[in-house]
Amino acid sequence: MNNQKENTASACSSTTQKPTSSSLQTDILSYLSTHDELNTWTYANEHKIDHQLVIGTIRSIQSIGDIIKIEQHTNRSIAPSDEGKLLLQNGSYEYNLFQAIPADKGIEQPELMKFPNATIGFAKAMSSGWLQVDKSSKPAIVKRKVENVHDEVQNLLKRIQSLELQDASVKEVVELKKRKLVEDVIVNYFIVTKSSEFSTNIAKGEAELTAEMLQTGSWKTLNFKQYNFNAKGMMPSHGCLHPLLKVRTEYRQIFLEMGFTEMPTNNYVENSFWNFDALFTPQKHPARDVQDTFFLSDPAVTTTFPEDYLEKIKKVHSTGAFGSIGYQYEWAREEAQKNVFRTHTTAVSTRMLYKLAQEKIFKPVKYFSIDKVFRNENLDATHLAEFHQIEGLVADYNLTLGDLIGILYEFFRKLGMTKLRFKPAYNPYTEPSMEIFSYHEGLQRWIEVGNSGMFRPEMLLPMGFSEDISVIAWGLSLERPTMILYGIDNIRDLIGPKVDLEMCRQNPICRVIPAKIEE
Amino acid sequence: MPTIGVKRSLLFNALGQEFTDEEFDQLCFDYGIELDKIEPIPESKGKDVEYKIDIPANRYDMLCLEGISRALKIFLQKDELPKFHLSKFNENQKPIRMKILPNTQRIRPIVVCAVLRNVTFNAESYNSFIELQDKLHQNLCRNRTLVAIGTHDLDTIQPPFIYDAQQPKQIKFRSLKQQNEMQADEMLEFYSKDSHLKRYVSIIQDSDVYPVIYDSNNVVLSLPPIINGDHSKMSVNTKNVFIECTAVDLHKANVVLNIILTMFAQYCSKPFEIEPVEVEQVDGTVILYPNLNDRTENVSVKKMNQRIGIQVDVETAATLLNRMSLRTEILDSDTLRVNIPVTRSDILHFCDIVEDCAIAYGFNNINKTVPKTSCIGNQFELNRVSDLIRHSVAESGFTEALTFTLCSCADVAEKFGKNIENIPAVHIANPKTQDFQIGRTSLLPGLLKTIANNQGTALPIQLFEVSDVILKDLTREIGSRNERRLCAVYYNRSPGFEIIHGLLDRIMTLVKISYNDTKSNDIGYYLNNQCEDSAFFPGRHAEIIVRGEKRGTIGVLHPNVIEQFGLKLPCSVIELNIEPFV
Repeated sequence: MNNQKENTASACSSTTQKPTSSSLQTDILSYLSTHDELNTWTYANEHKIDHQLVIGTIRSIQSIGDIIKIEQHTNRSIAPSDEGKLLLQNGSYEYNLFQAIPADKGIEQPELMKFPNATIGFAKAMSSGWLQVDKSSKPAIVKRKVENVHDEVQNLLKRIQSLELQDASVKEVVELKKRKLVEDVIVNYFIVTKSSEFSTNIAKGEAELTAEMLQTGSWKTLNFKQYNFNAKGMMPSHGCLHPLLKVRTEYRQIFLEMGFTEMPTNNYVENSFWNFDALFTPQKHPARDVQDTFFLSDPAVTTTFPEDYLEKIKKVHSTGAFGSIGYQYEWAREEAQKNVFRTHTTAVSTRMLYKLAQEKIFKPVKYFSIDKVFRNENLDATHLAEFHQIEGLVADYNLTLGDLIGILYEFFRKLGMTKLRFKPAYNPYTEPSMEIFSYHEGLQRWIEVGNSGMFRPEMLLPMGFSEDISVIAWGLSLERPTMILYGIDNIRDLIGPKVDLEMCRQNPICRVIPAKIEE
Repeated sequence: MPTIGVKRSLLFNALGQEFTDEEFDQLCFDYGIELDKIEPIPESKGKDVEYKIDIPANRYDMLCLEGISRALKIFLQKDELPKFHLSKFNENQKPIRMKILPNTQRIRPIVVCAVLRNVTFNAESYNSFIELQDKLHQNLCRNRTLVAIGTHDLDTIQPPFIYDAQQPKQIKFRSLKQQNEMQADEMLEFYSKDSHLKRYVSIIQDSDVYPVIYDSNNVVLSLPPIINGDHSKMSVNTKNVFIECTAVDLHKANVVLNIILTMFAQYCSKPFEIEPVEVEQVDGTVILYPNLNDRTENVSVKKMNQRIGIQVDVETAATLLNRMSLRTEILDSDTLRVNIPVTRSDILHFCDIVEDCAIAYGFNNINKTVPKTSCIGNQFELNRVSDLIRHSVAESGFTEALTFTLCSCADVAEKFGKNIENIPAVHIANPKTQDFQIGRTSLLPGLLKTIANNQGTALPIQLFEVSDVILKDLTREIGSRNERRLCAVYYNRSPGFEIIHGLLDRIMTLVKISYNDTKSNDIGYYLNNQCEDSAFFPGRHAEIIVRGEKRGTIGVLHPNVIEQFGLKLPCSVIELNIEPFV
């Protein structure tokens, strides 16, 4: 049994003591200090160490710092098959059969053939000339022909297992392959070389500088372990702002830099009068349809209005006034009373302009706002029922369409866009109206980036402004440029409860870079 | 905006010029229409395509191939605006008459009519004629509620005509493409199942009388605004077309009638000549339709230049306006007389003429100037304070969420064990989905939903939002107001109330409001736990009292709430009105 046990142990550990990882580390480093390179396969074989142990040690050295470089290689070799491994443990069939025959008197052949794998063992032993068969008696008696035999098959397998024999072309090996006791295998091994921080003295050293070392001064004489600068650091615990609102901050900053004053837009519910009628949007306009706008059931209507202003609005819609022929329909107060979730922040601009028109002395203004608006839309990847509208306006004497184009160039330059073009458009409360297109270098095409126009006299004159005051204005959504900026296709990935918090936490600093000033 | 499909070959043929797709796209851009899509026409085997062109919502004169090509041809100075005119009658001829009976005034009081004589349609132009009516019905006619168009083969019917409104059971006829006669009430029942016509049924269904047009032999022409009779139906071979527009809005009825006439009178044997029809009103007066007279407007070129920011002389300005289908004469060195044709119902004011001048000049040719307006910028203080608080809360380790303002009733009521009746929410009358029934009265539901969708995230989850809730408030003009709030939640294996509590103390430190441990007078802040709220775990909740007034709540959520939002772990929250900090 003792013999057998020794045979079962692996070829390596049976011949050497299993080294500890740290002693092997030292061995490998000192080997490298005198050699240009180390082949893990050869090294394991030469030192009769398990190859996986060498690789593990190499990896642990590598994790310490930039001490060694490794490069993976593969090689073809041979190894005992599963059956071969059994023979390696238990001896060959023919050897065991031979041992089973009593040295003196032999054994009856049928008895002998009851041994495991006797057929192969008998054939091999016979061809090796180990046995003789006495057929004179019935049944025939099998006797030893030689006194002693060596288990050559097991020896060969041991040599293959221990990598002493790797040449697949050797005659005996070819024989074993025919018997399917040996097979081809692929070996992965590494070539190890020194790297920039190579040292044989790495394992020892203090992990960290401690308060105690500082007090005792022991740090002066101690060695310290290398830090691994290839690993990532520990993320500090942090909060963060929402990606869309970071873009909002940039836009807000741009308006402030341009001298605009922020309008109070904290009134999401508005009545139709201020949201539509005051903006010369006729009462049968599709935007006022229940399909497009959220109407309120509670509180359903507004009852107080500036009545003289309301009368002027009624007139300009129904019969015309202020140089306009109007829409020529019966304007209904009930329609104007209906409360809605505001469909644009222009409702706020309208209130602000009305307030401005009531001042005794007109002072030019620049106003802006960025806040939520609501549409009863069918939701899809780019439309939500609520989104942020960005709006800017300038009210002054004798502003021109050229002024509007000029200030849009300035505004969009601050957003990094310099190639603009303008398309005539229709909007009930602006005339002229222009859609703003910008050439997007990344997308390689013109994209619509906003809407703009000069407020209609039908909107301004009823407020009480004199005819020489014009208002130029523009608007865009916050979501669309943000989606383009971040490369987000589905708006739900940006706004609402389905936003991935990890995306928010990984979102970089938002810095909209202005283009250089045109000469 | 309406989208019109036209075959490229027909369009270029009408324009008398070939364009590449890029050239045509640029032309559209300059004019203010948009080549939205180019779609293949499989039958043409690659020879032709269909242009899908977006038309501005107020240009009803460009809703068909005839109108688009006419406008662009004039714009390109290859043609002039045609002169639309009425045919003259000699002594023994009289116009066709339509008589309005009093009952119509209860349901659809207006009708206007006209005739196109000796028209020659082909398959394409006939198709365009049908499509134009569809487009007008969808847009200007507001799905036939305001105006409905009926077109008939005049040679199959016998004037004079009568426009009446009768009880449904009195009206019986064979409607378009049907085999059998039906009574009007049955007919509406029948069409309420028709995929195309069902949306119009409700316009008259509940009325005791339905509008109907008869000829002198009692043949039904149409049951407006639903369906025409089969008897007078048109075909590509129809020579004489009778057009009636019934309406509740006279101005729009005239616009619709004029558009159809001016677009298709080009196919009459005497092009652009239109035969008028007398319409006898209920009071006996007779009005001749259509009215094709131009409106004239005198404009100052100086004022026009001023509004655009260009310097063109009076001749150039006249040319520019002519290119926009506005026939313009020069009156003196500054004044133009602009004749606004009936096709241009979009021109309401001087500013519309200015826009056309600017379009013809080219928006992108206008010299850009920066307004000299000098102003000092200012922030809205509430937004400034909100931003400062947002940064402070993020610095304290919380991640900002951005959630929806609209929510369901359950989100603020049932899920917190409350009744919506007791919550001062504003309610939406026409929500398309149950997710948007009200304006949120709390920021909390949005944050809890965000956590529910992010349960795989490393714990603890610390979220916040600074945004507006909407509260019904009948003391306000609109009956509601926004309130700016901070809401923060802490979600972990234990509620971590001390962390949320700490956040409150931190915010109060930052806004310089000190803790009031006497809890007695109106200074500082303190927590009052003598209150009940079904949203919170009993005994683990308090009101936040700031300078003597309740400004918020803080506590550990009730397990029922956790479950209602699909969450699994304890959660502590704070919601605070930050407007007092401004």
